[in-house]
Amino acid sequence: MTASAAPPATTAGTPTPHRVSAFLYRHDRLRLFGLLTPPVLWLLVLYIGSLGVMLVSSLWSTNDFTGALVKKASLANYHTLFSQSVYRTVALRTVGIAIAVTVIDLSLALPLAFFISKVVRRQRWKYALLIMVTMPLWASYLVKGYAWRIMFDRGGVIDWMLRPFGASGPGLGLTATIVALAYLWLPYMVLPVYAGLERVPESLLEASADLGASSARTLRSVVLPLLIPSVVAGSIFTFSLTLGDYIMVKIVGGTTQMFANIVYDNVGVAGNLPFAAAAAVFPIVVVLGYLVAVRRTGALENI
Amino acid sequence: MTLTRRTRLLIGLGASVALAFIYVPLIVVLVNSFNVSKVFSWPPRGWTLTWWNKALVNEGVRTAVMTSVKAGLGATAIAMVLGSMFSVAVVRYRWFGRDSLSLLVLLPIALPGIVTGIALNSSFRTVLGPLGISFGLFTVVLGHATFCIVVVFNNVAARLRRTGQSLQEASMDLGATTWQTFRFVTFPAVRSALIAGALLSFALSFDEIVVTSFTAGPGIQTLPQWIFNNLFRPNQAPIVNAVAGALVVLFIIPVYLAQRLSDGSSGGRI
Amino acid sequence: MRHTKLVSLTAIAASALLVVSACSSSKSAGPAASGSRAAPPKLAAATAVGKGEGALNIIVWAGYAEDGTNDKTVDWVHPFEQQTSCKVNAKVGNTSDEMVTLMKTGQYDGVSASGDATLRLIYGGDVAPVNTSLVANYATVSPFLKDQPWNSVNGQMYGIPHGWGANVLMWNPKVVTTPPTSWSAVFDANSPYKGKITAYDSPIYIADAALYLEKTKPELKITNPYALDTKQFDAATALLKTMRANWSRPWAAYTDEVQDFESGATTIGTAWQINANLINGDKKVTVDSTVPAEGATGWSDTWMISSKAAHPNCMYEWMNWITSPETNAAVAQWFGEAPAQTKACTIAAAGFCDQFHALDAAYAAKISYWTTPTTQCLDGRGNICVDYSKWTQAWTAIKG
Repeated sequence: MTASAAPPATTAGTPTPHRVSAFLYRHDRLRLFGLLTPPVLWLLVLYIGSLGVMLVSSLWSTNDFTGALVKKASLANYHTLFSQSVYRTVALRTVGIAIAVTVIDLSLALPLAFFISKVVRRQRWKYALLIMVTMPLWASYLVKGYAWRIMFDRGGVIDWMLRPFGASGPGLGLTATIVALAYLWLPYMVLPVYAGLERVPESLLEASADLGASSARTLRSVVLPLLIPSVVAGSIFTFSLTLGDYIMVKIVGGTTQMFANIVYDNVGVAGNLPFAAAAAVFPIVVVLGYLVAVRRTGALENI
Repeated sequence: MTLTRRTRLLIGLGASVALAFIYVPLIVVLVNSFNVSKVFSWPPRGWTLTWWNKALVNEGVRTAVMTSVKAGLGATAIAMVLGSMFSVAVVRYRWFGRDSLSLLVLLPIALPGIVTGIALNSSFRTVLGPLGISFGLFTVVLGHATFCIVVVFNNVAARLRRTGQSLQEASMDLGATTWQTFRFVTFPAVRSALIAGALLSFALSFDEIVVTSFTAGPGIQTLPQWIFNNLFRPNQAPIVNAVAGALVVLFIIPVYLAQRLSDGSSGGRI
Repeated sequence: MRHTKLVSLTAIAASALLVVSACSSSKSAGPAASGSRAAPPKLAAATAVGKGEGALNIIVWAGYAEDGTNDKTVDWVHPFEQQTSCKVNAKVGNTSDEMVTLMKTGQYDGVSASGDATLRLIYGGDVAPVNTSLVANYATVSPFLKDQPWNSVNGQMYGIPHGWGANVLMWNPKVVTTPPTSWSAVFDANSPYKGKITAYDSPIYIADAALYLEKTKPELKITNPYALDTKQFDAATALLKTMRANWSRPWAAYTDEVQDFESGATTIGTAWQINANLINGDKKVTVDSTVPAEGATGWSDTWMISSKAAHPNCMYEWMNWITSPETNAAVAQWFGEAPAQTKACTIAAAGFCDQFHALDAAYAAKISYWTTPTTQCLDGRGNICVDYSKWTQAWTAIKG
């Protein structure tokens, strides 16, 4: 009972699975439809739908006394966000922190990724080093935060290390926040850069050397430009994860406030969902804008 | 590429600084879990194994671990199915809106967790509430699956892009049904990418705290929630240290596996 | 690709234009009347307490539902579970705001609400009236806690009183060598403890600043720290903004304050007595506490039952349990507050009730209990006061 290569002239005698397969093969779109429907439904209905509901609720308000939702549309929340200077300050501070974190991670990730990719030759060592880089991802986020708190706290590890020199650490605050966040997202920068470096063909580097470039020049003019998509891919996460973080700053940040704290304090504590939703629009717009902007650099293929 | 010795040294130095940066805090936590003093003090005054013993028998830890495992398995299962379906659709076909939807699937993980958390919380409240479904493990799984989809999608899509269409067509030419083609040709090719995606997705779900705190009910406590609630309580903090140390050590194997299986196609967070 | 980019750019520009134009043309705030005091929603109180449902989800202040994990000898949750078969799941709320938000989810059976949460819950329909005849221990609760403005409406009680106390001033005597007697230690811009002062991380702390100004700037004519008109409110927030530079870290979770005092990051500030008890119990640092001369803000807590409680019988059992003489004495001594149960004073350690003035109605009346500020001034001056949503916004601005 063999089926022929071309669709059979008659379907009589062909077993059902083969008929189904032939049917599916001919009806391309049906297959596509079957494949697409569940994930797209999940994404559009559950996720985008929820986001939409949240954005709509940003136009509402709450009864100041009882906290009940008042479904009367107005732009009052946005007005407050734009007019009161504290929100601008916190937003700028958060973006500044995100940039600082990205720069620190980049300056640490580049040598590390380059070392693993181009300096280390044995495959076994490469794997070992890669695992060493990714392993902290599996340590709990909270515990890593607590570790940095131990490091930065008064009388903590950093103070202890600096005591012989008569200095003391900066304590909990903005510096600690930046360092801790840079620490958390470092693997997310190393891995795309490493993947990008692996994709740089040896022949290019050899050609560059043949043309007389020193290794520094090759690095600067050949390797780094090729790495831009990977760097951007890594920065997507350092940026978006920093914009959305409110827990780490509570652990090591002292009195510092980041933008996500405003969102959290209004939804989790004050119960003012509409205002929190309005505030949430800021990180959404920034991340979306960043994603759309970097699509052209091809970073999204490299994540 | 030939590098001068000096460049090699410089790069090596930079790499060592980065590695030290990565590991010093973890070592501090591990060391602290053997610290005799309950209240944090540095340098440790004495050493003990009591916290590790207490962590093993602590009922709260066990329940939390089980809850996290259940949530992770559920979310990973859903993500594997939906993620691979979507990746086949994206890689093998061209259709209107393909690029936008590929961007969309990135959103649950690219947008801040608190945004996803609030959005899911309010829609669960308005939709599931009237249906009688209360917040619990089910809502946690729903939330986790949403951002785990992209992890699996990315791994499988990368692999699919590399394997190409011709093998499938050859298989069908030789008379295999769709199911047989999938079982004997497609699946073995993407299997390792699927497993890598599943491992990463499980890891993501296991450590997630933000979306979880918005989608869990009062009776549910995942391991990160347990850690969060106990991290700063003087009597419990050392146990948390021990639990954290155990997690790091235990997960060396899955990390190694994920790295081997994805052979570099997984770039990072996803 | 270029097309998409153009479209998205136009969309962003259009919406920005919309927001800006709406801002300039809209009047300030369209939301509903603040502090609307129409009658609370009609909800029925229970008529009988049946068999326990086997579980209980409650929101509690730190230290109110001890189950032995903090101190093996301090446990009144397990005896309760053994007696009633109601397994307790207690969530610690850090601030009243958090508790109100959690109660609104409808997933909890009850809450130990302070005066700045109770009325919000009552008028929001989140809690049901309590049938006090079903709680045997209610009869012997201090009479000055019954039928108060914060726990009853039109003569109907909405909860069972738990206990009350003042927010104390706590300090580390090794650093603060002369015991402070006034809140000026934390509110004076030239305080010698710069950088080591703490504050309570909740908008309600503005009332503490107002209380200080009531006594030190009588020209502001503040009579009730929760009833502040715009001028008084601005003075209080200005004071806090200047003091912010002297803060080490404001605490919301009690564990934060305990940690900060033990690490030396903070040496003086507002606290709950339980924080002092925990710090002294850890024996790493010793602290002292007092109620300063200007008086203090405080809280009077009431156990309330959710209108959507899934386990109402267990909740009534808990309310009766926690106000029983033995348990109420244990909680009060563990936390460091005055018990609501009068019979608890015979069980508590000698001198405890005297130290906390548990039976002293006149002393109790002097504390400025946490209350939700509303536009309708609480001291009867009319609709000129600043409501709580403005307090919340101001607090964000103070933290900066």
